[in-house]
Amino acid sequence: MPPEGARPSLPLLTGSPMNKLRENNALKGWMMLSPLALVLLAFLVTPIIMITVVSFWRATEFSIIPAFVWENYDFLFGSPVTYTVFFNTFKYALITWAATFVIGFTVAYYLAFHIRTQTWQIALFLLCTIPFWTSNIIRMISWIPFLGRNGIANSALISWGVIDEPVEWLLFSDFAVILAFVHLYTLFMVVPIFNTMMRIDRSLIEAARDAGANGIQILWNVILPLTKPGIMIGTIFVVTLVMGDFITVRFMSGSQSANVGRLISNDIALLQYPSASATAIVLLLTVLIVIGILLRFVDIRKEL
Amino acid sequence: MTMFTNRNGLSRRTLLKGAASTALVASASTLGAPMVWAQNIKDVTIRQFGTGVSNLNEVATKVKEDLGFTLEMTALDTDSVTQRAATQPNSFDIADIEYFICKKVWAAGNLQAMDTTKLTNYDKIVGIFRDGKLTPESTIAQGTAPHTVGFTSGQNGTDFVNEESGWMTLIPTIYNADTLGIRPDLIGRPISKWSELLNPEFKGKASILDISSIGIMDMAMVVESMGEYTYPDKGNMTREEIDMTLGIFTEAKKNGQFRAFWKSFDESVNLMASGEVVIQSMWSPAITAVKSQGVPCVYQPLEEGYRSWGGGLGISAALSGLELEAAYEYINWYLSGWVGGFLMRQGYYSAVPETSKAFMSADEWGYWFEGKEAEGDITSPFGDKLAGTGDTRDGGSFEDRMGAVACWNSVMDENQYMVRKWNEFIAA
Repeated sequence: MPPEGARPSLPLLTGSPMNKLRENNALKGWMMLSPLALVLLAFLVTPIIMITVVSFWRATEFSIIPAFVWENYDFLFGSPVTYTVFFNTFKYALITWAATFVIGFTVAYYLAFHIRTQTWQIALFLLCTIPFWTSNIIRMISWIPFLGRNGIANSALISWGVIDEPVEWLLFSDFAVILAFVHLYTLFMVVPIFNTMMRIDRSLIEAARDAGANGIQILWNVILPLTKPGIMIGTIFVVTLVMGDFITVRFMSGSQSANVGRLISNDIALLQYPSASATAIVLLLTVLIVIGILLRFVDIRKEL
Repeated sequence: MTMFTNRNGLSRRTLLKGAASTALVASASTLGAPMVWAQNIKDVTIRQFGTGVSNLNEVATKVKEDLGFTLEMTALDTDSVTQRAATQPNSFDIADIEYFICKKVWAAGNLQAMDTTKLTNYDKIVGIFRDGKLTPESTIAQGTAPHTVGFTSGQNGTDFVNEESGWMTLIPTIYNADTLGIRPDLIGRPISKWSELLNPEFKGKASILDISSIGIMDMAMVVESMGEYTYPDKGNMTREEIDMTLGIFTEAKKNGQFRAFWKSFDESVNLMASGEVVIQSMWSPAITAVKSQGVPCVYQPLEEGYRSWGGGLGISAALSGLELEAAYEYINWYLSGWVGGFLMRQGYYSAVPETSKAFMSADEWGYWFEGKEAEGDITSPFGDKLAGTGDTRDGGSFEDRMGAVACWNSVMDENQYMVRKWNEFIAA
C-alpha cells in the first residue's frame, strides 16, 4: 500500500486525518517557513547565543574557561577607551551616512528623473556598479598610493601650485577612513533610493507643478517624502556596514584609529574570545537600538 | 564478500599506520638503519605553519627533493600563529613558532617534547639555545631568552627546566637581532639611539609595530634610551611599568609622532619604501625588501643594543609513528645546513651556523656571518642584489650583533594586563 502522503489528490482520501492536517493553514504556514527558520536558527540564532554565553567566560592567554563572570563587561564599561571607540564608531557612521546620502540621493535623482530612456538608465546604473567588480579590499587599498605623502594626489597638488608641502592628513587619518567608507558604500544608498524613485507616480510631480510648485518645492515636498523608505533601507545598509567594519579602519588609519570592530578583532587576535564576545554583544545591541530608532521614522513595511 | 568490502574500506591512513609499525619494528631490529621505511615516507604529508619569515616555498620544494615527503606550509601573522598553536592542535604537525609564543602555548600541551639524542647536530647548536650564553663570558639578556623555555623535564613535560635536560620544546632554527630601520637619505644624519624613535624631529614619520609582545620591548628600549626609566627586567614588567611605558607612547601618539602602525611584514616595507615613514621598528628581511626596490635603507645598530628573537620547530602532540619519524627526519635535515644557508643569505642566523657554511660561498659567509667587506655582489637567494663590493653588513659580525642583545621578545607575567593596555594604546 502506498503511503497516504504520496497521493494527495485522490478523492477517496478526502476526510482522512492526513488531509485535515493538510487543510490546516497555520501548519502549512509553519511548514513553508521552516526551511528559512531552520537556517536562521542554525546559522544566526545559535551563534549569537554561543557568543552571549562565551561573553561570560573567563580567558587566560591560551585558553577560555567556562564560567559566569561579569569581568568582561566590567572591563569594557570601566575603560574610558571603550567610550572613545564607540564615539568614533558613531562618528564614522554619521559622517559616512551623510556623505553617502547626499551623493546617493543625487545620483539616484539624476538617474530616475533626468535620464529619459530606460536603456540609458540601465546603462548608467550598471556603470555605477562597475567598481564593485573588484574586491572591497583592493578598492580600499588602491587609495593608499594615491593619498600618500608622495602619492598622486599630493604630487598633482604640488605641481599645480596649490600647496607647497605634501598634505599629511590625506592618508592614515579619519579623512582617509571616511573617504574609503564613502567610496565603498555609496552604491548601497544609490540602489534602494533609485528603486523607490522609479516607483513614484509621475503624475504626482505633474500635479505638483500644475499646482504651482517649483523644482525645489517638488523635491522637498513630493519626492523626498516618497523616497523615505528607500533612504531608510540605504541608511540601514550603510550604518550597519560602517559600524561593523574593522579592516577599512585598520588600513586607512594606518592602525592608528579604532572602532568597535577593531577592538573585537584585536581581542580575537590576542585570544581574548570572552572579551571579544562581550564587545560584540554590546555592539550588536547598539546597532539594534540604532535600527530600532531608524525604523520609528519610517514604517518600511507600510511604505514598500 | 565481507572480506572484499573490508579490503576496500582500508584507508590510506590505516595502511600508513600499518606500514609505520612494521617499519618501526624493522628499524628497531636493524639498529641504526632508519632508511628502511624510505619507500613509505614518500606518502607522508607534514603540515607546517608559522610566520612568513621561514615558511618559504623553496624549503618545501627542497624537502620533497631531499627527503621525499610533502611539506605543506601555511604562513600567518604572529598573533594568528599563537592562536593556532594554542587552539587548533589538530590543524598542524609542525609548528614553526617563536620562543616567546612557546612560553605562552607550551602549557596547553599541544606540542610534544623532542628527544635531543635523535638530533644529529645537537652538539653544534649555538650556546644561546642551550645554556643561554653565546660565549662563556656573555651575560644573558633580559626577556624570554630561548634557553629558558627551550627545555622541559621529559617527553610529556609541561614545565620548563633551566638545564639541558635532553628534551627540547622547540628545535631552534632561526633567530636574529632586531633594531630600528631608517631611511638615511631622508634623515641625513647619524642615528645612534633608540630614543630617536620619539624624537619630535620625526613627527608624523615614525612607526612602531602593532604586535604587543614585540612592540612593548621596542618601547622599553626607547624609554630606557630616553633616560626616563631603567627597568629591573624589561621582559617582565610590573603593571606600573606597563602603564608608564604605554603612557609615554600614548602621549607621543596623540602628538602625532606616528604615521602608522604596522602588523605585517609587507606593511612595514611599503611604509618605508614609499617614504611615509623614515624611522620605525623593522625586521631584517623587510630592510632587504626595501633595498631591493632600490631605496636606501639601513638596519641601524644602536648604542643600547638589539632586541632579539628566536624561532624553532615544535612537533604536535598528536604526531606519532611514521609521521613522527618523518618530522624528526625533517628537523635533522633542517639543521643540516641547506635551510640555514638559505636563511643566512637573507640576513637571519642559523642555529647551527657551521653546517650552513658549506651551503654558502666564502664571500657570503664573510659578509653575513663574519661582518667582512663583500668581495663581490651579494645577492639574496631570490636573486636580488643586496650589497656590492666593499659593503659591510649593518651591525657587523655574528658575535658583534648577537653579543649586543639587550633583550629578547617576551611574554610577561602581566601579559594579559599588558595586552589590554596595548589594545587601549592602539585605540587611544
